[in-house]
Amino acid sequence: MNGGRSYATDPAPLRWALTAAALGFLGLFVAMPLAEVFGQALEKGWQAYWAAIDEPDALSAIRLTLLASGIAVISNLTFGVAAAWAIAKFQFRGKNVLVTLIDLPFAVSPVIAGLIYVLVFGSQGWFGGWLDAHDIRIIFAVPGIVLATVFVTFPFVARELIPLMQSQGNDEEEAGLSLGAGGWQVLFRITLPNIKWSLLYGVILCTARAMGEFGAVSVVSGHIRGLTNTMPLQVEVLYNEYNFTAAFAVASLLALLALVTLAAKSFLEWKVRRVHSELEANPEA
Amino acid sequence: MRSNWFQRHSILPGFWPSLGSSMLYLSLVVLIPLSAIFLKSASMTWPRFRSAVTAPDVVASYKLTFGASLGAAVVNAVFGFLVAWVLARYRFPGKKLVDALVDLPFALPTAVAGIALTSLYSENGWIGRRLAVWGIRVAFTPLGVLVALIFIGLPFVVRSVQPVLEDVDRELEDAAASLGANRWQVFSRVIFPLVRPALLTGFAMAFARALGEYGSVVFISGNMPMRTQITPLLIVAKLEQYDYAGAAALAVVMLLASFVLLLFINILGAHGRKYMEAR
Repeated sequence: MNGGRSYATDPAPLRWALTAAALGFLGLFVAMPLAEVFGQALEKGWQAYWAAIDEPDALSAIRLTLLASGIAVISNLTFGVAAAWAIAKFQFRGKNVLVTLIDLPFAVSPVIAGLIYVLVFGSQGWFGGWLDAHDIRIIFAVPGIVLATVFVTFPFVARELIPLMQSQGNDEEEAGLSLGAGGWQVLFRITLPNIKWSLLYGVILCTARAMGEFGAVSVVSGHIRGLTNTMPLQVEVLYNEYNFTAAFAVASLLALLALVTLAAKSFLEWKVRRVHSELEANPEA
Repeated sequence: MRSNWFQRHSILPGFWPSLGSSMLYLSLVVLIPLSAIFLKSASMTWPRFRSAVTAPDVVASYKLTFGASLGAAVVNAVFGFLVAWVLARYRFPGKKLVDALVDLPFALPTAVAGIALTSLYSENGWIGRRLAVWGIRVAFTPLGVLVALIFIGLPFVVRSVQPVLEDVDRELEDAAASLGANRWQVFSRVIFPLVRPALLTGFAMAFARALGEYGSVVFISGNMPMRTQITPLLIVAKLEQYDYAGAAALAVVMLLASFVLLLFINILGAHGRKYMEAR
């Protein structure tokens, strides 16, 4: 990557042409949609922007989004650490199958992720009759939204931790145990500090996807304003009512979140690369 | 704990609690609900299942979904490769920022991308206005579906090709050049064969992602029956009409398509790894 000579292998006009084409493509498909979100949101000025956000339905959508993604992140984080501990620290049969199954939600269309919970908990579903009889609502209510969000963000933390913990090995944990530490002490004092950057990376990706999920949540939500609309669903409702300024105002909050995510991601990738290269340089440490 | 047929001995504690709780959570959240789709469609008779998955509007939606996903994956393979090439090999001001922006389609919620693209490409939008002069309409046509899917799949090819391009041994290129190969020959005979497995993987991943996409497409497509309805949208439409079995039948078709692609990607991945190790 460094050293000027190798960059000179392509003639300058070719370099400029290719760079211009690449930047043009990215400008058209990435920069312009991003600019459009903020441009449309602020088209009628800051006052209209704030009015669109400081509005009961929008605020309740923000609260529901924070609640659902909070629960999804905490449960997938707990699961991710447990699964990575079992998979990375022990040898057992069928491990590869388990790793593949953990990635399964990434291969499923978000719409199908919503559909499965409707088939299980909906009024015609497996438990529909029982749930109706006990007056418990899961579909078209908050629990369904939480479940759909958990499903689509299921693999994020686990898939970051498994390869890292596998490459770190068991030596430090075994040393801790032989010096008299308990299992939980080993986890909190040795393992978690070693994986903290990858853990945070997984949590950030998980949070971004959880807050932005649309398809899965849309199927189970029922679109009840002020009750079961998350932010992306609120964007859809406002947009379909031709209330474009308000739709883009709520969308701009999600776009800001995406930009923060990208910045955090770049920073953490740099950190994680450092952890990995330290491991490679000094595998015994 | 002794070694047995299932588990090799380890002095670390917590094997059964961690494995047991992850299996329980995986089953409750993913496996059992997912099996509902297969059980629900198995409750249909075969002729009913067949007519559900081969109705004219459904077949039209397959054509659009697979066609537009394939088209978007091809566009992303070409331009993704170009972007990866420029990021891996050239220096220019603002490169770090551009590099970070490539991931925007991963981070931006699909509904936000959907309304932004629709607004840009509709007839009075910033781009749509200019294309309308040439008689090209994008929003509310199959072309709009293609545009949304290009956006969604953009990072996959870049992110799988870029690290491989950065790793290409410059001495190999210098050797080829010193033996008299011109720039194009170095590219097509030395560099491209090294990158091809990663390019194919990225292509397949972009294709798989596009097949299931919903949020960014529903806004720009206009959802006209037989013309701009994608298959995930038909699943939602069937659910809204309480045709749960029909929705499950379509979901089975989509899931099978994704699993075949996933298998293909894994084979490619294994092949690519072997290739890199043999090198």
